[in-house]
Amino acid sequence: MGANPASFNDTEPRPITEDLPLRRSEEVLLNMGPQHPATHGVLRVVLELEGEKIIKATPDLGYLHRGVEKLCEGLTYQQIIPHTDRLDYICSMTNNFAYVRAIEKLLGVSIPERGEYVRTIIAEMQRIVGHLFWLGTQALDIGAMTIFFWTFREREVLLDLFEQTCGARLTMNYFRIGGVNGDLKPEVIARLRTFLADFPSKIDEYDRLLLNNRIWLSRTKNIAVISAEDAVNFGLTGPALRGSGVYYDVRKAEPYAAYGKVDWDVPLGSNGDTYDRYRVRMQEMKQSARIIAQCLDQLPEGPVLTDVPQVVAPPKEKVMQDMQSLIHHFIIFTEGFRPPKGEVYCATEAPKGELGFSIVSDGSPKPYRLKIRSPSFVHLGAFDHMARGYMIADIVTIFGTYDIVMGECDR
Amino acid sequence: MIQTALNLIVVLVTIGVVMAVVLLHVAYLTYFERKILGWMQDRMGPMEVGYHGLLQPIADGLKLFFKEDIVPAQANKIIFTLAPILVLVPALIGFAVVPFGRDSIHLFGLTFRPYVTDLNIGILYILAFASIGAYGVLLGGWASNNKYSLLGGLRSAAQVISYELSLGLAIVGVLLMAGSLSLVKITEAQNGGALHWFILPQFVAFVIYLISAVAETNRLPFDLPEAESELVAGFFTEYSGMRFAFFFLAEYANMILVSCIATILFLGGWHAPFEALSFIPPILWFAGKVYFFLFFYIWIRGTLPRLRYDQLMMFGWKVMIPLALANILVTSVVLFFIRG
Repeated sequence: MGANPASFNDTEPRPITEDLPLRRSEEVLLNMGPQHPATHGVLRVVLELEGEKIIKATPDLGYLHRGVEKLCEGLTYQQIIPHTDRLDYICSMTNNFAYVRAIEKLLGVSIPERGEYVRTIIAEMQRIVGHLFWLGTQALDIGAMTIFFWTFREREVLLDLFEQTCGARLTMNYFRIGGVNGDLKPEVIARLRTFLADFPSKIDEYDRLLLNNRIWLSRTKNIAVISAEDAVNFGLTGPALRGSGVYYDVRKAEPYAAYGKVDWDVPLGSNGDTYDRYRVRMQEMKQSARIIAQCLDQLPEGPVLTDVPQVVAPPKEKVMQDMQSLIHHFIIFTEGFRPPKGEVYCATEAPKGELGFSIVSDGSPKPYRLKIRSPSFVHLGAFDHMARGYMIADIVTIFGTYDIVMGECDR
Repeated sequence: MIQTALNLIVVLVTIGVVMAVVLLHVAYLTYFERKILGWMQDRMGPMEVGYHGLLQPIADGLKLFFKEDIVPAQANKIIFTLAPILVLVPALIGFAVVPFGRDSIHLFGLTFRPYVTDLNIGILYILAFASIGAYGVLLGGWASNNKYSLLGGLRSAAQVISYELSLGLAIVGVLLMAGSLSLVKITEAQNGGALHWFILPQFVAFVIYLISAVAETNRLPFDLPEAESELVAGFFTEYSGMRFAFFFLAEYANMILVSCIATILFLGGWHAPFEALSFIPPILWFAGKVYFFLFFYIWIRGTLPRLRYDQLMMFGWKVMIPLALANILVTSVVLFFIRG
């Protein structure tokens, strides 16, 4: 027993404490991650345990740090867009969206109406993808494996649509400063409509497995409870905040894109536990489907990319034939554009919470400083608060309920 | 002298056949599980090795056989080596008393019975060996010198002890009705069609047995000792190669064993449900019922999330054991009045 570091209420002391009385109890330090099947990437948490009860949980970040913010200081504004794909790689389009919105705010560029609608549709599709992914992994962590494959079945349909729209499935790089790269194809719209018609029945299917499942209820009800006040103080946003019953959604608070023109609700929880956050996300998927359906109905005609030659590159077909366009293209992609001096912060409602880009411009084609406010990172601040007193088995529930992605957490 | 030698041969051949059949089913149970889970989850399951992946278990076995056998530097080597054996042997040894069919086979003047032996305390024997398996899990978890393994081992010990109680108590009702501990006698006591099976009078015991058996075999929703998302792989996190395969085989052998016992105790063993259907060989009836239970295990694995440790213990001690005790009480009282 002496050689075994993890002895509970042990009767034999470790070498260092040989002079202490034999009978005593001490906490066990359990190092969870960075390589662990349930830590959603490379999160490391040091747990102090008393038996299976958590006394203290200390998240240790930085295993996926790539220095994206610093990297961006050496890139022109358009070149940064593909790097934002790699932040929250589950929902790369919303990162694109958040970034281009910040730049557009800095530049004061407005977007054609159709562009706004297409952006809204894509962002909501991405939200469904993100929540489906969350549902699958959260259920898998709690042990229900089938739902994971079912959610991936629907996610697959949407990823196919993304592929048809922009050619990529995961790191899409579809948004451009001033609009999006290419219009929605008619067959994408048709397939999206079929998907939307089918989607509520799929959600019912998930609900049949989980909603009233007693094991699921006992694993999520009253687990990782956070009060509305604490949630606000810890800076939680998105479903994690709304699960505690706080009415805050960037899409409602300061409507952007087409969110002000469609009719939708903000689902709220009341207890702030894991089950409420689960309910909020499930209903958000339905709301997203509602938003997409309305956007498709209202979808106006027109361009999807704004006509501001200083910022927007000319269409590719023209570049191949027209000398002026070629020069224009060359200048945009070698020199970039020069936004006015100033500072901007722009928040966007990502599936995980408020994703904000704070940019300081010194008037050069590259940002002087770029700061990303990623919801995953902020949410981990409340980790210890939410984990204390629960069992070790609940840790994975708590990982899941935040919907963290280490890519945007460590940046 | 010659008679003894012949008897020995008969016993050895029977043991060989039973082990071969059981191990083959263990191997193919993993295949069925993957296929059925695959179909439930809109996937194909194994498709590559052989026709529809039929050779997958063999490929898996070969792979595990050729894997490097790693013993962690800080592990207690003797116990680390002993633990997988301690898990697998009790799981296989239980099959010695399971009557798979009705008819003995006569070959070269020798009689081969459809079971290795008919112990008059057959069910006790199985329960006793099942308990030894818990030692293997606990020791394996401890000897690995890994905190996850230790937690897994501890959970497993607590879980198996708790649920063995309700499992044993659930069986008592059947034993009272059959009046014997021999599995052969219990099967014969259910002669005469589905209405005579013990599942009807002992339905509560049947449900308790079914749930406890899932816990006993560490399957979802009671797979806490090896909860992947919490404890990586629980007590066998540090095991690799054939030692890992031993744990794996033991889990599936245990699944088949508890399904066999459930079949014998509650579904009349090899008896056909109706007289009209008795033209189907008894051994097929037995296999069919066992596979019904195995499918049930796989089905709930595909459906349910995992319980938490404290919830599992609470359920075991506060729900299952009182229910099982009440069942014994009611059964005894009713039997007392019926039999006078």
